Amino acid sequence: MVVRVTDVVCPFCGTLCDDLECDISDDGKKILEIYNACAIGAEKFMHSQSDDRLVLPRMRQEDGTWKSISYEEAVEFTAQMLTNAVKPLMYGWSSTNCEAQSMGSKVGELCGAQMDNTATVCHGSTLIAIQDAGVPSCTLGEIKNRADFVIFWGCNPAHAHPRHMSRYSIFPRGFFTGKGHKGRTFVVVDPRHTDTASLTDYHLPVEQGRDYELLSALRVVFHGEGDRLPEVVAGIPKETIIEVGEKMKAARFGCIFFGMGVTQSISKNHNIDMAINVTRDLNEFSKWSIMPMRGHYNVTGSGEVWGWQYGYPFCIDLSRGYARYNPGESSSNDLIERGELDAVFVLGSDPGAHFPFSAVKKMNKLPCVCVDPHITPTTVVADLHVPVAFVGVEVGGCAYRMDSVPIETHKVVDPPEGVLTDEEFLEKVYERMKEIKGV
Amino acid sequence: MEYIVKNGFVVDPVLGADCEKMDIAVRDGKIVDDAGPNAKVIDASGMLVMAGGVDIHSHSAGPKVNVGRNFRPEDKGNHPEFTRPRSGVKKMEAGFSVPTAYSSGYIFSRMGYGFATEAAMPPLYAKHTHEEMRDTPIIDEAALPVFGNNWFVLDYLKNHEIDNTASYIAWLLRVTKGYGIKCVNPGGTEAWAWGMNCITPKDPVPFFDITPEEIIKGLIEANEYLKLPHSMHLHSNSLGEPGNYQITIDSLKCAEGIKPAGDFNRDQVLHHTHLQFHCYGGDSYSSKSFESRSREVMDYINSVDNITFDIGQITLDETTTMTADGPFEYHLSHMNHLKWVNKDVELETAAGVVPFIYNPNSFIGVAQWAIGLELGLLAKDPMKCYVTTDAPNAGPVHRYPRVIKWLMSSKARDDILDACKYGESVRSQCYISELSDRELTLMDIAKMTRAGSAKALGLSHMFGSLKPGMEGDVSVYPINPVEDLGDPDKIEYAFGNAKYFIKSGELIIDNGEFVSNGNKRTFWVSHPMQLTDQVERDISERFKKYYTVTRNNYGVKEHHYVPNPYVIEVGA
Repeated sequence: MVVRVTDVVCPFCGTLCDDLECDISDDGKKILEIYNACAIGAEKFMHSQSDDRLVLPRMRQEDGTWKSISYEEAVEFTAQMLTNAVKPLMYGWSSTNCEAQSMGSKVGELCGAQMDNTATVCHGSTLIAIQDAGVPSCTLGEIKNRADFVIFWGCNPAHAHPRHMSRYSIFPRGFFTGKGHKGRTFVVVDPRHTDTASLTDYHLPVEQGRDYELLSALRVVFHGEGDRLPEVVAGIPKETIIEVGEKMKAARFGCIFFGMGVTQSISKNHNIDMAINVTRDLNEFSKWSIMPMRGHYNVTGSGEVWGWQYGYPFCIDLSRGYARYNPGESSSNDLIERGELDAVFVLGSDPGAHFPFSAVKKMNKLPCVCVDPHITPTTVVADLHVPVAFVGVEVGGCAYRMDSVPIETHKVVDPPEGVLTDEEFLEKVYERMKEIKGV
Repeated sequence: MEYIVKNGFVVDPVLGADCEKMDIAVRDGKIVDDAGPNAKVIDASGMLVMAGGVDIHSHSAGPKVNVGRNFRPEDKGNHPEFTRPRSGVKKMEAGFSVPTAYSSGYIFSRMGYGFATEAAMPPLYAKHTHEEMRDTPIIDEAALPVFGNNWFVLDYLKNHEIDNTASYIAWLLRVTKGYGIKCVNPGGTEAWAWGMNCITPKDPVPFFDITPEEIIKGLIEANEYLKLPHSMHLHSNSLGEPGNYQITIDSLKCAEGIKPAGDFNRDQVLHHTHLQFHCYGGDSYSSKSFESRSREVMDYINSVDNITFDIGQITLDETTTMTADGPFEYHLSHMNHLKWVNKDVELETAAGVVPFIYNPNSFIGVAQWAIGLELGLLAKDPMKCYVTTDAPNAGPVHRYPRVIKWLMSSKARDDILDACKYGESVRSQCYISELSDRELTLMDIAKMTRAGSAKALGLSHMFGSLKPGMEGDVSVYPINPVEDLGDPDKIEYAFGNAKYFIKSGELIIDNGEFVSNGNKRTFWVSHPMQLTDQVERDISERFKKYYTVTRNNYGVKEHHYVPNPYVIEVGA
C-alpha cells in the first residue's frame, strides 16, 4: 500500500517550500511520487533513489582511480588531515541542517579552522551591505498578505526559485491581497529578458553593471528631483524611471527581491547598500521591504548558527581560539589564492563548480575531503569523497528560509543501509580528533 | 556533588537574613538544611552570599538578537576586551552589547545569575529562539512569545472573547514552548505593517477595529483565566516619546480591579517592563522641554498592589537597540541616522534593530539615566521593582553590577552628574537630586534581583532564596558587606565577578574560574486548555490561507531545540 506523507520540506533552495507531499512504498524505503514540488525539488528527492548512488566513502588512489573504503577509514583520514593542518578551511555548510552545522563548529573550534559558507560567493556582499546600512525586511507571508508592488532585481525566480512567485510573491491571494496577481504591480530589473521578465508590468533592462546608477536615479525621483535626471540612466529612459519611481512611492506595501545579478556584478555590496537606501527612502512614503533571494536551502541557517556562536555570518577565522572576521582576508577564495591553507574540508556545497578555476586548481593540490551525497566537480578534486544521507529526504533537521524563518525538514525514507548523516560523520571525526589531540 | 558554603554573609529576604553569617548547604541540585561529611567546603569568609540572580527581562536569544550580532561586527572589533578565547571548559566569547550565545551564559554566571527570561519571542521564530537558548550554557532560560499584535488575539479581543483568546494562548505556549504572555506596543506594531502606529491606548488599530486598551485588558484577563505562572508582561505604547507618562499611567490603569489567580504566589496581574522609557514629560528631547515624570508614574504604582515593573536602566554606553516595537526603531533610526533593520512577521509581530549611543555628554542620555534610577529609588516596595537594562536596549546585560552600584551609592550617582556637561540641567529637570539621601541596601538589591523577580515570574518556589528546598543556585561575591559598601567601585566589581557560583547544585565558577558548562534547562509552560471549536477552525483556516508554513511545520519539537526542558504544568 502506498503511504502518503504530507508537510514535507523541500531541501533545495532558499524558498524552503514545506507543503510537499510524497508517496512512499509501504516498506518506507522508496519514494514513488512527489507532489507540489518544482522540477528541481522533485529531482532532488528522486535523485536520492538512483541506483548508482554511492553508499561507501571512496579514496583517490595515486593513479587517479577511486577505491571504496569504510566510514571508519574515512573518519580517520579526515580527523588526521584536520588535526595535522596548520590552517584548514572548512567550507560549505549551506546544504545541510543546523545540527550538522553546529557539530561542524565543534570540529572547527578544535582544529582552529577557517569557517566559511557559500555566501562568500553569492550573498556575502549582501551581508556586508547589511553591516553598513541595515535591512528593512519582512517574512514572505507579509508579501503574500500585503504586497501590492513587487520587484525582482538581478534574479530570475522562474528558474532559480521556481515556486517563489506562485507561493509567496506574485500570484497568491492573501489577507489584504484578494486579487492576487491582478492586485500587484510587478517589475523586473535585469539586463536579460528572462522568463520572469516576460510576466511583468515593467521590465527595466538595465545595462550590465549599472544597477547602482539606476538605484540612485530612483532615489532622485523619490526626492522629487526626477526632472533633473539625464535622458537615459543605465540604459533606461528617464520617463520610465520617473513613472516606475512614482508608482513605487504610491504603493501600499512593496518589496524588492534581489539576487546575484546585483551582489556579484561590479560594485557588489555598494549596489545592495544603495538598494537598501532606496527601501529606506520608500518608507517615508509607504511601507517597503527588501530581501535577498538566498540560494541554498540553508545558507541562511549557516549564517544564523555562526551568528549566535561567533557573532559573524561568514568568513570566520577560528585559528586563535576566538572568532575573527575580515572578508577579503578570511574569505575562502582569498585564503586559497594566497596559498595560506594546508587542508580543505567541504561539506554541503560545491566549490569545484563555483569557485574560480584558479582556486579549484589550488584546491586540487591540497589535501581535500568532500562530504556530499552526489558526485560533483568538487569530488573530482578531492582526495576523499564521503557520501552521506540527503538532509530533508533521509534525515530531518532545522533549516532557515531566505527570510530567516526556521523550518524543520523531515525524514521521508531511510538512507541506504550504513550511510551516515552529515552530523553523524562530523561527530565521529570530532571524537577521533579529541583522541588524537588527547583532549 | 555536595557543597557547603561556609562563613559567608548571607543576604536573603525570604530567610530574613540581612548580612547574617550562615552556612549554606547544597545537595542533589537543591538547597538543604545540612551538608554531609563529604561535602566540598567553599570558604566564603568575609564575602557576600546570595541566591542566584533572576533576570525578568532581557534579550539574549532569538532572531532580532542574532541580527544585532551579525550586522554589528564593530560590536566585537571595537571591544577586544570582550573577545575572550577558549579556555579550559569555557568556549570562546565575543560581543559587547550583543554577546554570542556562549558569552551570554558566561556573563550571567559571572554576575551570579541563574535564570534569564528572553522577553520577546516571535512565535514563527520560536525554533530559532530555542536553538540559541540551547547553546547558551549554564543558565536556565524561558522565552515569552509576543501576543499584542497577533491577528488571532486582535480578532478575539475585539469581541472580548476571553475564552477563545485563552484557548489560543494555551495552544501557542504549547507549540512554541513559551513561558508567558508578552505584549509589545499593542496594536501599534500591527499598524506598523502599513507604516503607521498607535500612539495612545485609545488609538484604533487599522483594519482590526480594536484599541490598545482593549488588547491590554483582554490579555490580562486571559492570563488570569489561564492562571499562568507569570502575569501579562507589557511594553506599552509610545515607548521613548517625550510626554508619554500619561499614556503609561493610562495603560497601567487597565489592570484596575483585576486580581491574580492561580497557584504561583505572584501578587501582580501586570508587569510593566523597562519603565524608564515610559516616564517622560515635555514635548521634545531638547533640554528646554524634556523632563522626568517618574514620580507621577511611581505614585500610581506605589498606590496599587497588582503591578510590578523593571527599570530598563540606561547605562550610558554604545549599545544595540532591538524591540518588537517596529515603529519605535524606525523613529530611532531617524534620530541617529545609523543603520536600521526592520522585520515584519506575518500575522504576529515585527521587530527593529538600531545601534544607539547613550551619550553622557548629551542632555537626553543623562536625563534618561537619571529617570531609571529614580524609579528604583522611588519604589516603596523593592519586591515590585527589578533591576534590568532591557539588555541590550538601554545597556548591555553585563552592566547590571553598575546599575546596582548607582542604586546603592549616592556618591556614584553624583560622580556621573558632576562629570557630565548637562548635569545641572538634569538635576533641575529630573527628580534625581531630591533623592540624594536614598541609598538602597543589599536587602533591597536582593529583592530587586532575586526574590522579587522570581516571585513575579511565578518561580518563588524554585528561585530567589537560599531556603532549604530551593534550587541550588548560590552566588558568592568578593565583597565584605560589613566593611566595603562605602566604596561604590567595590560593589560594581563584586556583582560582576562572582568568586564562586553554584548552579543547580553544580559548581560552575570556582575561585573565579569556570569549571563547568552546567546543565542548562529551558522552562516552558504547558496548559491543559484545549482548542475551542472556533479557535480550531481559525487556526486551520489561517495556516491554509495566510501563513507561509504549514500548521504541522510550525511547532517546536523538544529533541533538538529543547533538549533539557523543565515543563511547568499549570493546574497539574
